Amino acid sequence: MNRFTRRALDFAPLLLFVAVLAFFGAQSGKFLEPRNLVNIVVQASSTGIVAVGMTFVLLTAGVDLSVGAIMFVAAAVAGKIALGGLPLPFALLAMLAVGLVFGAVNALFITRVRVAAFIVTLAMLFIGRGLGLRITETRAMNLPDSFLELGAARLLGVPLPAWLFAATLVVAHLVLTRTPFGRQVFAVGHDVEMAKKAGVRTGTILAVVYLISGLGAAVAAMVTLGQLGAVSPKFGEGKEFAALAAAVLGGTSLFGGRGSVLPGTLLGVLLIQTIENGLVIVNANPYLYPMITGAVIFVAVLLESLRNRTPGGRA
Amino acid sequence: MSRRLLEFIDIEKSFFGVKVLKGVSLTVPAGGMVGLVGENGAGKSTLMNILGGNLRAEAGAMQFEGEDYAPANPQDAARRGIAFIHQELNLFPNLSIAENLFLTKFPRPRARPWIARGEMHRRAAELLREVGLDVSPSRLVERLSSGERQLVEVAKALSIDARLMIFDEPTTSLSVREKERLFALIARLRARGIAMIYISHTLEDVFRLCDDLVVLRDGEVVKAGATATFTNEKLVSLMVGRTMRQLFPERRLPARRDGDEPQAGLEAGAPMMEVRGVSQPGVVENISFALHRGEVLGLSGLMGAGRSELARILFGLGPRAAGEVRLDGELLPRLTPREMIERGVAFLTENRRTEGLCMDAAVADNLTLATLPEHARTPWRWLSRESLHAAVTRIRDVVKLDAKARDAQPVRTLSGGNQQKVVLGKWLLHKPRVLILDEPTRGIDVGAKFEIYRLIHELADGGAGVLVISSEMEELIGLCDRILVMRGGRLVDEMPRAEFDRERILRAALGAESQGGQGI
Repeated sequence: MNRFTRRALDFAPLLLFVAVLAFFGAQSGKFLEPRNLVNIVVQASSTGIVAVGMTFVLLTAGVDLSVGAIMFVAAAVAGKIALGGLPLPFALLAMLAVGLVFGAVNALFITRVRVAAFIVTLAMLFIGRGLGLRITETRAMNLPDSFLELGAARLLGVPLPAWLFAATLVVAHLVLTRTPFGRQVFAVGHDVEMAKKAGVRTGTILAVVYLISGLGAAVAAMVTLGQLGAVSPKFGEGKEFAALAAAVLGGTSLFGGRGSVLPGTLLGVLLIQTIENGLVIVNANPYLYPMITGAVIFVAVLLESLRNRTPGGRA
Repeated sequence: MSRRLLEFIDIEKSFFGVKVLKGVSLTVPAGGMVGLVGENGAGKSTLMNILGGNLRAEAGAMQFEGEDYAPANPQDAARRGIAFIHQELNLFPNLSIAENLFLTKFPRPRARPWIARGEMHRRAAELLREVGLDVSPSRLVERLSSGERQLVEVAKALSIDARLMIFDEPTTSLSVREKERLFALIARLRARGIAMIYISHTLEDVFRLCDDLVVLRDGEVVKAGATATFTNEKLVSLMVGRTMRQLFPERRLPARRDGDEPQAGLEAGAPMMEVRGVSQPGVVENISFALHRGEVLGLSGLMGAGRSELARILFGLGPRAAGEVRLDGELLPRLTPREMIERGVAFLTENRRTEGLCMDAAVADNLTLATLPEHARTPWRWLSRESLHAAVTRIRDVVKLDAKARDAQPVRTLSGGNQQKVVLGKWLLHKPRVLILDEPTRGIDVGAKFEIYRLIHELADGGAGVLVISSEMEELIGLCDRILVMRGGRLVDEMPRAEFDRERILRAALGAESQGGQGI
């Protein structure tokens, strides 16, 4: 494989993104209007925030399947509190607490009891969904308008969810690239035993990434509540896989130690969202959406594995 | 006499009831450079693991800078200023050089949460300058050559202010230029008063670099003294010395096919496996030999000489760039494990636990794993329990598996010796004609070793060809009809049983010879 192909593969997700933009732009004039582009970002923000948390976990070679369920429980708890008449900030704080508690339970079983992350978080997925159904009594809950108002609020003309997404991205990026914790996350992801021998407190690092992931899920639940204004029994369902797909599409390795939030996860989320948005605008058959999204994810991940297959030679 | 920096006092350590360090005492003077030499398994690595806090000694003590020193973990060793530059490097390829240097002690601006990148890069650049590595500290380690990575390791040692550095076979993966650069660096560091322990099989380098030499053999210091008091010859004979005679079953002469010619036994057996010109860049080079019917052929060499790699290539587990392999005179177009097994070749890897056995599966299941199709009965190809049971009972008897080990018992719960018998039994059920055994007796007790030697001989007497790889020279000498010696991926010597000579083997393996290295 020559240098040019290698470079091209390095930028595979970006090239794919540009191609998708060009394709839909050529199909419909409405697609590239600023209003629609902002819309894409707003639509992507909930999944995006979950995907940022997921990226931390993936970088340590773990996985968190419980994020969708955490979103559901957090939203259900917030709904109960809001419908009980307490003011909005209480509901929001309760959501964050739910995210941290779930993250802490995941972290406890993964780092102390040493159960595989896949199993722990899969169990938490079912427990969380069950708990959410219990709290909501399997009925849809319509929340006070204060949530929708929050979701529609704008700052400098940009909707609040987009700001929240942007802030999450920037903070996560700085944490990962500029703090000792962030760099140690990469070390742990490359080889836990080696990191332990080097004196990294691997238990703490692993615990914190699951807390971050739980917290991310809670914040994402806030964004979704602000956009929907209701909690249905399907709230947050499948978010874990959408987030996983976005992070991997953005170049984060499932085997740990490689990946980024900026540009990686951002690109992954935007790519998936842009395709869905574009398909709506060109009036494609809705049954095709998941298949086309799936095909794009497959192609991107295929390119990624091609890139990693070539020996990591020197530049 | 100069001040002592480090002192080992009567260090003892055993594994699985076998003493590997039998009261080792040695001293590293302040600012001195001590060369530690010895055969594979002499105890060098164990001693260094105790120094580095990876293992704990059972008896004896260490003193460092005049104080008692008993590290509980590698960080303790680092805190005291003892740094290891390992064969396999401990760097994170996905992090930058600077991040590797400061992974657990990132500089931060006055207790702020983020890293002071400017300061980190400045300090890293300074360390890199000291080791003479002219690359940006922000470069990812995966983009460095192995020689450059080694220099980063040394820089890491400097960053903890090391007063003692241990180099373990530092030159094996280096080019000549990189090696010279490393040696120049070592000289500069020594000028700064840093003491060193240098472990290497390249005796020429040891002579060139070290003030003092310590020869370790069978877990004991056989000689220690100033380098000038040693010669190359003397060093080799000290490393070999006389080892305790271990028990070997008596080797009957290889079965004679024609009834006459009692001495020309080997040639009487027809070649079973012929290897011609097998090469794989960076692994093995132009390997040619033949394994005869009824022969036990030993493959000797130091660690990293390419012995296991050769075995893996022959069994189809590793790539091969050139060369041909024949079985019974028939050229094999391609080598795959499946093909080799079908043709009656069996391979015992050196990693019994990870590659040879399903540790949590039962003894019986492990024994029959490779031959399951033979026990399938038509019409539905279901496994016949009677047939399986009969095979298990028969082979247990052949390998003399411990009677206490039940058929349904997980292999994990067996002793190392019995585990190895299970692996052997598995392949014997397959009635192999060629057996490749990589370190067949590693980590097992003397009694079980004897049983395994006996089995190897029985197999050879039954007409199989057996290739034995072992790091224990004594074992090869006791067991084999002929020994091949490898060094740096090549066959460098060959000798029939009548010519077996420990010094000659070691000299060929070390490449520290005058006469031993005729190519084959």
